[in-house]
Amino acid sequence: MSENNSSTSKGRFGIHGGQYIPETLMNAVIELEDAYNHYKDDPEFNRELTDLYNNYANRPSLLYYAENMTKDLGGAKIYLKREDLNHTGAHKINNCLGQGLLAKKMGKTRLIAETGAGQHGVATATVAALLGMECDVYMGVKDMERQALNVYRMRLLGAQVHGVESGTGTLKDAVSETMREWTRRINDTHYCLGSCMGPHPFPTIVRDFQAVISREIKQQMLEKEGRLPDVVMACVGGGSNAIGSFYHFIDDKSVRLIGCEAAGRGTDTFETAATIATGRLGIFHGMKSYFCQDEYGQIAPVYSISAGLDYPGIGPEHAMLHDSGRAEYVAITDDEAVDAFEYLSKTEGIIPAIESAHAVAYAKKLAPTLPKDQIIVITVSGRGDKDVAAIARYRGEDLHD
Amino acid sequence: MAEIAIKDAFAQHKAFIPFITCGDPDLETTEKIVVKMEQAGADLVELGIPFSDPTAEGPVIQGANLRALTGGVTTDKIFDMVKNLRTKVSIPMVFMTYANVVYSYGMEKFMTNAKACGVQGLILPDVPYEEKEEFAVPAKAHGLELVSLIAPTSHDRIRTIAKSAEGFVYCVSSLGVTGMRSEITTDVKAMVDLVKSENNIPCAIGFGISTPEQAADMAGKSDGAIVGSAIVKLCEKYGKNSVGYIYEFVKSMADAVHAA
Repeated sequence: MSENNSSTSKGRFGIHGGQYIPETLMNAVIELEDAYNHYKDDPEFNRELTDLYNNYANRPSLLYYAENMTKDLGGAKIYLKREDLNHTGAHKINNCLGQGLLAKKMGKTRLIAETGAGQHGVATATVAALLGMECDVYMGVKDMERQALNVYRMRLLGAQVHGVESGTGTLKDAVSETMREWTRRINDTHYCLGSCMGPHPFPTIVRDFQAVISREIKQQMLEKEGRLPDVVMACVGGGSNAIGSFYHFIDDKSVRLIGCEAAGRGTDTFETAATIATGRLGIFHGMKSYFCQDEYGQIAPVYSISAGLDYPGIGPEHAMLHDSGRAEYVAITDDEAVDAFEYLSKTEGIIPAIESAHAVAYAKKLAPTLPKDQIIVITVSGRGDKDVAAIARYRGEDLHD
Repeated sequence: MAEIAIKDAFAQHKAFIPFITCGDPDLETTEKIVVKMEQAGADLVELGIPFSDPTAEGPVIQGANLRALTGGVTTDKIFDMVKNLRTKVSIPMVFMTYANVVYSYGMEKFMTNAKACGVQGLILPDVPYEEKEEFAVPAKAHGLELVSLIAPTSHDRIRTIAKSAEGFVYCVSSLGVTGMRSEITTDVKAMVDLVKSENNIPCAIGFGISTPEQAADMAGKSDGAIVGSAIVKLCEKYGKNSVGYIYEFVKSMADAVHAA
């Protein structure tokens, strides 16, 4: 498709990205872009952020050689990038500390955020508590049910959690409602967007704060193996842990980058959230990218067992990496993800988030096909404690949080 | 019927601009409503093409979008309805919808079909100045005007937006999303003056207007008043029987605006 993006448009990744948002929010994103451009190269800001990463969030996260899994699969050597060991149990804290600190420097006193599985909401509420800011989190009512423990966790941290009933009551509706809330109250409020999506400059800001993942993988891999990995893989919803895992390898063409989408009940069914596999080009939530939609551009209801991947779009930089072929995107079903969830728990004693289990599932398929001298890094984006009850129910147990 | 240009809707007196979501509760009712709106004194009509995730709308218009889509309304069915409507009304009509409805349909195809069914322009609340060209260029090529919006937060952007504005400028009265408000505190007069200092183009104020007094007050500070949620609320309440109620409401609003 030929594209005629506006000459005045900013924040493009190939043909994707841009700023498709109401005029009411334009000065807010411009203010954010100006502030980010100033602080991203400010030594004091970076010193403070590194201090928070290392002394509050438990960075650098471990790069762990999964010996049992490697031997069991009998192919490539497998390393796990343990973002599940971060404070709050997922990669989301990397972005929230960055955006929270930036918002504070901008004089904002309140953070608002959307959340799907609740991990980003918990991370935002955590940072708000730490930095002494007000916090309001918007969450689909269906997700509040699926992730009841995280709802209480956010409240415990001092945040107000607002149930979103519109649409499908999931992540996309939470994003829409947070955008609406931002148009209501802008002056003192920063929208702490949780993934590498939305209008410019969010995809860039979120990617930069998550890029700490690939910066560490590269350094840790050179220390352990003296070379680059052959494959880096991560799960993709909006795509923030994946873009963070990929970023510092994009120019290293020998490294295969693989994003694992949620196929739900299968890409040949309507109950899927695999955007690259089933979506097409569109404009939604502030960006041009790929979206699951019908022939008239109505955004499709999507489904995945994983509330964190249950989103009908993908970040614009991923859309570009797909177009150029630099990254590959594969779809993993609920069944495969649940199998991988159990597999990693039993094999390595690590319970991954059901989101991260999508990446583990693809590694289970890929590793045996690769020679033993190749190296795969799987980013375990979060820990699976939050999912235990739901997986038990999936397996037919009568267990509730 | 003979079509009136957008700017001429503001020529006689201040303009009253009602909004309706197409297909709420069904397209037959929408057609009847628009005919009655013209008879009640509406000077221009905004026809909403429903979108699954309308991020600039409050709960009332979100509800209308959902009802229309659940009822099976599509962009093509709306084009057919408007084509028929154009044989019955002469006031300008503009589509109000979201970027993806136009983009996903195919930019050229959308503009061609919109022009063919007799509308004069488009309002896309999620297309700000920076992204405007992508839509305005193909619109213009088909003789359609893309209406620009300005908001209480626009400040220094108003002059730039006004310079290239076409049709009329939609002045958003308040922060937040569409919906009824008890009072409007923004200095809308200052916003309108800033537009006029750059471009002699009509300015109409929308968001939050629901009474004849508010409409007259806003029209007094500009060239017209836009009302959506208060009308959609009547559709929500009376469904297929809303035509008469909407006629009465639009008449009271249009009379107040024309006297302003």
